[in-house]
Amino acid sequence: MYMQINNLYKSFPTRSGELIVLKDINMSIEQGEYICAVGASGSGKSTLLRQIAGLDRPTSGEVRIDGQLITAPGHDRGMIFQHYTLYPWMSVLENAEFGLKLLGVPKKIRREQASYYLSVVGLTSFAQALPKQLSGGMKQRVAIARALASEPKVLLMDEPFGALDIHTKESMHEFMISLWQRTNITIFMITHDVEEAVFLANRIYALGSSPGTVRKEIKIELPERNFAVKRHQIFHDYRDELMELLREHGREATN
Amino acid sequence: MSTEPKSIRQFIRPKTVNHSVFWQIAEDIPPRLNTVLTITSIALPFLIWWAVSSFAQIDAKFLPSPSQVIEAFGRLWNSGELQKDTIASLWRVGVGALFVALFSIPVGILMGSFASIRALLEPIFGLVRYMPAPAFIPLLILYLGIGEEPKIMLIFIGVFFFNSLMVMDTVKFVPKELIESTYILGGNKASALFQVIVPYVIPGILDACRINLAAAWQLVIVSELIAATEGLGRRISVAGRFLRTDEIFVGLIVIGVIGLSFDLFFQAMIRFSCKWASQKR
Repeated sequence: MYMQINNLYKSFPTRSGELIVLKDINMSIEQGEYICAVGASGSGKSTLLRQIAGLDRPTSGEVRIDGQLITAPGHDRGMIFQHYTLYPWMSVLENAEFGLKLLGVPKKIRREQASYYLSVVGLTSFAQALPKQLSGGMKQRVAIARALASEPKVLLMDEPFGALDIHTKESMHEFMISLWQRTNITIFMITHDVEEAVFLANRIYALGSSPGTVRKEIKIELPERNFAVKRHQIFHDYRDELMELLREHGREATN
Repeated sequence: MSTEPKSIRQFIRPKTVNHSVFWQIAEDIPPRLNTVLTITSIALPFLIWWAVSSFAQIDAKFLPSPSQVIEAFGRLWNSGELQKDTIASLWRVGVGALFVALFSIPVGILMGSFASIRALLEPIFGLVRYMPAPAFIPLLILYLGIGEEPKIMLIFIGVFFFNSLMVMDTVKFVPKELIESTYILGGNKASALFQVIVPYVIPGILDACRINLAAAWQLVIVSELIAATEGLGRRISVAGRFLRTDEIFVGLIVIGVIGLSFDLFFQAMIRFSCKWASQKR
């Protein structure tokens, strides 16, 4: 197994006692998979991603990537946040190479690497632009190039397209599929958007809410990965199944 | 089940927003109107001053006319006193502000970045900030004598605490995700501090310094009450003693013009050095 989450619990102390956010999470992910963890609000999906990123420590349990126990943030994981995290005073190219700069890669090499990944995300002509001159979708593509430039073992994405309008979102979906197919990178993405998950992932973990648990694991096998597939019956079946799972849980949570 | 409530439509008294060029909240005005108003802002008070002093037959000891003030300006300039006073005051503000910047910027950045440093320093800074700097004059004379040191120290005391707290506030606005991204990209705390937080807050720091420089100017005039032999504040108090009202006006106007030039200089510096931060702030 390439990435493993074993018996992970996360709880926060509150005035009225311990609040359990994640309960006994187990996941195993192979290299080159595109995993989506889908859950409604309250499923602790962002908390889960923070444990994988190493930004938080689990109360118990562990996350391992390529055998290595995760205890702190590090460059072996790339992360894309929902909110844009480009450094506003740096040009697009400087942003893309900043990770490599932090890792001590010589200037010439990091410039070549960053330029290559800017071409992968189709933003070569914006290399000298400032982030404020870019649209939301372009900003996320720069963030992806920045993460990929350090050649991470896994790309973590925290509702990366949540702030985008529907058209930009769709073109980002297409972009992600082609990126995944070209680079064969392992992706772990969380989202509340069921259609997005079915369209992108090869495997989905459906999360239940309050506390967050793995409700079901669904392997997605679509005949093709383009927009036409959204009209396929099989796409609808996956979507309905997931919607039903999340709905049941929403009801339990409110009752 | 409660019954369906009655319609409240008859009670609605809607307000309307009338269109206006002059009175438009949070909207720009046309550039020409802007120019006209800017000129009026300076020209109108001068015009009133000129009109009152030349038609109301007020004693020049009470209100000198613009021409008398210009004459006094020429007199002070030709004798070289005005230049000497200006340089003396500028030197004090310059040295004082430099010390303030040197200490308050690092302290403010540390306070904004680390909750521990904030907890350690914020209470005492908050307290001292409310002690008026001029009230320290007797102590400063006692400790530092009557040379330049107490004057510069007065500026320092009056500005340091405000500037530290304002710098701290700008650091608090650095998005947490930007710092977390830095860790995930392979940076440590030092990289987050020096390569992310510092560049991010430079425009905010320049702006804080711009605002507090105005306070430093106020204090230099106060500081010159401590046994100064030259300086614009000194010039004004001497002129006051001999009822040379025209020279008081010269002093006030020179102080105002220098202060405004500083302000414009800082604004231009922020605009040119931090293009990435313009608008959207």
